[in-house]
Amino acid sequence: MAIEKRVRFKSAWLPYALIAPQMAVVGVFFFWPAAQALYQSVLTQDAFGTSTEFVGLLNFERLFADDTYLASFRTTAVFSVLVAVLGLSASLLLAVMADRVLQGTHVYRTLLIWPYAVAPAIAGVLWLFMFAPSIGVVSHALVAAGIEWNHLLDGRDAMALIVMAAVWKQISYNFLFFLAGLQSIPKSLIEAAAIDGARPWRRFWTIVFPLLSPTTFFLLVINVVYAFFDTFAIVDAATQGGPGKDTAILVYKVYYDGFKALDLGGSAAQSVVLMAVVIALTAIQFRYVERKVQY
Amino acid sequence: MVERRPGLNLLAHLVLVLGVAIVAFPLYLTFVASTQTAEQIVQNRPMSLLPGDNLVESWRVALFGGTTNYGAATPPVAPMLWTSFVSAMVIAVGKIAISLLSAFAFVYFRFPGRSLCFWMVFVTLMLPVEVRIGPTYEVVSNLGMLNTYAGLTVPLIASATATFLFRQFFLTVPDELVEAARIDGAGPMRFFRDVLVPLSATSIAALFVIQFIYGWNQYLWPLLVTTDESRYPIVLGIKRMISGGDAYTEWNVVMATALLAMLPPAAVVLLMQRWFVKGLVDSEK
Repeated sequence: MAIEKRVRFKSAWLPYALIAPQMAVVGVFFFWPAAQALYQSVLTQDAFGTSTEFVGLLNFERLFADDTYLASFRTTAVFSVLVAVLGLSASLLLAVMADRVLQGTHVYRTLLIWPYAVAPAIAGVLWLFMFAPSIGVVSHALVAAGIEWNHLLDGRDAMALIVMAAVWKQISYNFLFFLAGLQSIPKSLIEAAAIDGARPWRRFWTIVFPLLSPTTFFLLVINVVYAFFDTFAIVDAATQGGPGKDTAILVYKVYYDGFKALDLGGSAAQSVVLMAVVIALTAIQFRYVERKVQY
Repeated sequence: MVERRPGLNLLAHLVLVLGVAIVAFPLYLTFVASTQTAEQIVQNRPMSLLPGDNLVESWRVALFGGTTNYGAATPPVAPMLWTSFVSAMVIAVGKIAISLLSAFAFVYFRFPGRSLCFWMVFVTLMLPVEVRIGPTYEVVSNLGMLNTYAGLTVPLIASATATFLFRQFFLTVPDELVEAARIDGAGPMRFFRDVLVPLSATSIAALFVIQFIYGWNQYLWPLLVTTDESRYPIVLGIKRMISGGDAYTEWNVVMATALLAMLPPAAVVLLMQRWFVKGLVDSEK
């Protein structure tokens, strides 16, 4: 694909008029706030908000000396690894099965696609409703089966709850990409392997899975980004970061510190750290996805 | 299908049916809960898995508000649905409009500062609004846009996904079309309106679905910029309903509201499934 057009229009003012709306929106609501975050992250405010003072990297030092922040990092890491691994495995399994059946692929796709449309906050509410210790259907079934469940008291239960809700919400997205990836693998390769006597299990691991690796890698990055940033609503609806701070992921902490605890400098510093995380993830994604295998 | 393995096919269907059942169970439970009364849900432990007979009442209270048996007043959801709809439409249409224009400029013109502008747009891909909530909130509040549709929507338009999709698409449009348009005496805007936009119809449809859902499902941003209940989108409204604790929550009304909040985006996805799948897989890959 060409990067540049051979033929172009000529006009001194028209291109500027065309990009003006986007540049205005991006400038006012993106660059200004981003600069503001950087600026605030090196300031501190006194208790009454009357004076601010330049403190250099103090906010960052405080941040990384803060045990709750480091704990939040660990929580986020555990959460995103669980969401990515469980979500990808479940949707890969479903996609491989949907790719295998001759009839009904479309029906299954339609039935699996709709959680994409569900808002994360609603997903949080639905799963909360199923697992609420007093009224939840599933929590009662668990207790009846002899498994203790109370996500209001047990941090691991709370983590399990938000992981399930997050995976459920993301499964359709992963499924669609895996299915598209599977359908683009040439059938001749599979047939050749079958003629050589490779069974389905072996064919999957030696041919299909390696050829699918660009999709898998892309989805891995997307899922980590999703777990980092798009799951705020799930956490806020299902656990509010509790019990204690056991499910307070980083984005939740930015919100809590900035808007509830009103620590603007600290919150801005957290924003800057998050920006660095996203930029790193995006860089990784472009570096590897751009070099993806062509077949 | 490479070989006949009836056993494996059966297994595949079994796994899929099980998967669909697990994925659909929360939805079914939501529906069932919305057909029962709040007492039935709270007092039968666990609640019955069969539909009750309170469907109409739950949905009526959810839509138009009212006092329930506990005496708690529930706010009407209908205005929230309207707020959500307007915001989602503004975000989707606004994003598509400004992106079509700027992608056109980036692809079909060469002008001083083009690559700088391009990179400025490109960086926005990296930072979702969640990352910069604090400062963006301040900007919006300084501009006096709290509790307005503008405040709810415009900051969310500031991202570049659509611009990149359109740019990719424009690059595949044959140059001959430009030449033909030029020979026929058409200027750039004429070419844009009569050739480029009609050609992009599929991409526009796909993006519309993705952006509509994105706009409808916003939570953190409306949570910050709306303090006035009459400006709550539905996704936020539902969260407010459950903050009282299990026993005092009107779960039947909450679940009816949840279904109301899910129906519009789900309908958009299912009705436009073909474009949506294509657009999603093309735009991100």
